[in-house]
Amino acid sequence: MPDIITRDGTIKQDNWTLVPRPAAGDSLEVPAQPALIPADLWLAGQEHFEGRQDIGVWLDSHDEPEMLAEVVERLPIVAVNFPKFSDGRGYSIARLLRERYGYGNELRAVGDVLLDQLQFMKRCGFDSYALRPDKDISKAPRCLNFFSQTYQAATDTDLPLFRRRAS
Amino acid sequence: MYVYDDHDRQILAERVAQFRDQTERALAGELSEDEFLPLRLQNGLYVQRFAPMLRICVPYGMMRSAQLRRLARITRDYDKGYAHFTTRQNVQLNWPAIEDVPDILAELGEVEMHANQTSGNCIRNTTTDQFAGAQHGEVADPRPYCEIIRQWSTFHPEFAFLPRKFKVAVNALESTDRAAIQVHDIGLQMITNASGDLGFRVHVGGGLGRTPMVGPVIREFLPELDLLTYLEAILRVYNRYGRRDNKYKARIKILVKALTPEGFAEKVEVEWSHIKDSPTRLTRDAIERIQGYFTEPAYLSLDNNSEQLAAQRFENRAFDQWMSRNVDNHKVPGYAIVTLSMKKTGVPPGDVTDRQLEQIADLADQYSFGEIRVTHQQNVVLADVRQDRLFELWELLGPLGFATPNLNTLTDIICCPGGDYCALANAKSIPVAESIQRRFDNMDFLYDVGDLDLNISGCMNACGHHHVGDIGVLGVDKKGEEFYQISLGGSSRQDAAIGKILGPSFAQEDMPEVVEKIIGVYLDQRTPEERFIDTYRRIGIEPFKERVYA
Ligand code: SF4
Repeated sequence: MPDIITRDGTIKQDNWTLVPRPAAGDSLEVPAQPALIPADLWLAGQEHFEGRQDIGVWLDSHDEPEMLAEVVERLPIVAVNFPKFSDGRGYSIARLLRERYGYGNELRAVGDVLLDQLQFMKRCGFDSYALRPDKDISKAPRCLNFFSQTYQAATDTDLPLFRRRAS
Repeated sequence: MYVYDDHDRQILAERVAQFRDQTERALAGELSEDEFLPLRLQNGLYVQRFAPMLRICVPYGMMRSAQLRRLARITRDYDKGYAHFTTRQNVQLNWPAIEDVPDILAELGEVEMHANQTSGNCIRNTTTDQFAGAQHGEVADPRPYCEIIRQWSTFHPEFAFLPRKFKVAVNALESTDRAAIQVHDIGLQMITNASGDLGFRVHVGGGLGRTPMVGPVIREFLPELDLLTYLEAILRVYNRYGRRDNKYKARIKILVKALTPEGFAEKVEVEWSHIKDSPTRLTRDAIERIQGYFTEPAYLSLDNNSEQLAAQRFENRAFDQWMSRNVDNHKVPGYAIVTLSMKKTGVPPGDVTDRQLEQIADLADQYSFGEIRVTHQQNVVLADVRQDRLFELWELLGPLGFATPNLNTLTDIICCPGGDYCALANAKSIPVAESIQRRFDNMDFLYDVGDLDLNISGCMNACGHHHVGDIGVLGVDKKGEEFYQISLGGSSRQDAAIGKILGPSFAQEDMPEVVEKIIGVYLDQRTPEERFIDTYRRIGIEPFKERVYA
C-alpha cells in the first residue's frame, strides 16, 4: 500500500488503486478494492458508477477536465496524472476542477510526482500526493511549505499579495 | 525604482534557501540530472560548453549603483572578473562553480537581486524600453506594469512547467518600439482608448528562433486593471494546448499559427470570461502603490540647450559626434539621456570587467541619481544626466572606453556569446563582430550610412536577434565548418519584419567584405531621406544578391 502525503504534510495510507486505460478492444476490469478509473470510462459507464464511493476517476495530462463539469461534485476522488514531472498541464487541470467546476473532494496528484513540485501542486488545489516511491517522503512536509509568502491568488488563496498589502 | 518590502524579501530569502537545499540534494545524488535541470535553469544556472553560466535577472533592465557594485564583487570573488550584458537586459557570469551558486544567489539577495526564471520553460524577465520614464511621448511609464507582471509571474504555481520559455515585453511609445514587443511571446503596447482610459494592445506569438514570426494582435484594447487576468488566460490556454511533443514546435507562436490568431484569441476570450473578475484582477490601489516607486527623481529646474552646451559642441567635434549619436532628449528641460557604448572594437559586445561595473556605478551616483538601465542592444544607459554636466561626463567616459560614438550604427553590433562560450553554437560570433568593427572604423563613413542594426547569432536560437537586424548574420555548420548566412530587411521596431535570406553562406574571413558590398548597394541606390530598410523595401533583395554573389 503506497504512502500518500496530504496537504498538511501528514502521511496516510489508503488503497485507492489506479486502473490503467485498457488496451484497445479490452474491457475495463474494475478490481474489488477502491479504484481510480479513466474519467471518460467512468462517464461511459455512469449508470454503474454513479454514487459509488469506491470508484473515483483519473485524468491524464492531455485530458480535458471540462468533461467532468456536470458530475465532478459527485465523485469521491479525482486523480490527475503527471506523465513526466515537467508536463505542467496538470496544474491547470487542477485549478479548473477546483475553481471553475467547484470540485470539493479529494484531488490527488499521481505519476511522476516529485518533492520540488509539491508546493505548486498544493497551491493549484491538489490535496493529496502519491510521491514517486524512490523519493524521500520524510522531506515532503518541508517541500510543501518552502514558501510562507506568495505573490499570486491561486486555488489556495483569494488574496494575491497586492490585495494583502492594501489591507 | 522598485524597492523590496518585507514580503518580497521573505520570498527571495526562502527561494535562496530552497535552491541551496535543491543543490545539496542534487550533489548528493538525490535528484537526477533530469530532475535538477529545470530547478537550476529557473535559478539561472546553465551548464555551458566550458563551464556553468549564471544568468542574473535585471528586471526590465534597471539597476542601482549598489547592485552594480555587488555584481562587480561577485564577478571578482566567484568568477573571472567580468560579466556580460545580454540581449534581454540581463547579466551573465560565464565561469561560476555550481556549488558556489547558492552563495552567489544569497549575495545577490542581499541587494534585492536574483536569477529567478532567467531560464527554463517559464515566464521570463519582462522587458521594456531602456528610456522608460525619461522620455517624451509615453502613454505612461511602463515600468510599474513590468513590476506588476514580475510579481505575478514569480513562482506562479500554474505556469512553472510551460511547454517552452515565455517572454513578455511592454512598450509605452506609439511612435518607436525599442522593446521589440512584436517579436515576443506577448507584446504589450500601452495605449489610451477613445475615452482616455489606459490599456494595452496585445500581441501574441511573435518570436525569433527557428520559426521567426511577427506577433499578431489578438486584442485591440485591454483595460489596465484587466492586465493580469488576461495574461493568466493566455498562459492557461498555452499551458494546456501548446505542443509538448517537439521542442521546436513548443513556443506559443506555433499554437497561435495552428489555431489562427482569431481562433487563439477566441479561446483566450472564453477563458478570460471566467476569470475576469477573479481576485487576480488588479485594483487601482495596487497599481498606484507600485507607481509610487517609480516617481521622478529630484530634478532641478533647468533650461534646455544652453549656450554653453552649444559652444562645447561647436568647439569639439568629437563631443559633438558623441552628442548626436549617444545622447537622447529627455522629457525634463535641462536633462539628457546618455547611452554608454559597450561596443568598443576589440571587446566582445556587452562584456564588462568588475572594475568597469564599479566605474559605471560611480558614474551613476555622480551623474544620474544612482540608477542605470541595461539595453537589449547590450549597452548601458544613464537616464537622467544634467545637460550642463554632459561635457565633463563625456571626458570621463572616453578613457573608460564607454564613449565610442557608434550608437545605432553598423558597429553597434548585437552579438550573442556564440561558439566562444555557448554549448549550442554552430559558429563563433564574437570574432565576426570584431572583424566587421575593424573594417568599418571610419566614423564619418558610419554616420553617412546612418542607423543600421547588424545582429549576429551563433545558431538558430537567435539570442543575437539576427532575424530582426537590417543585416542579420547567422552561424551555420557545414560539414563541421563554421559558415555564416546573411539575411536582410529585418526590423524589431514598429514596422517589425523578419529578414530574408540573401543566399548561400560565407566563410568567416569573407564577412567584412560581404557587409561592405551590401552597404555599397545601399549607398548607391538610396534617396537622401532613405534609411537602409527603406531602400531595401523599395528595391528588393535582388540588387544585393547581384553585387554580393557577382
Ligand atoms: S544564439 Fe545560439 S550560439 Fe548564440 S548564445 Fe544563443 S544559443 Fe548560444
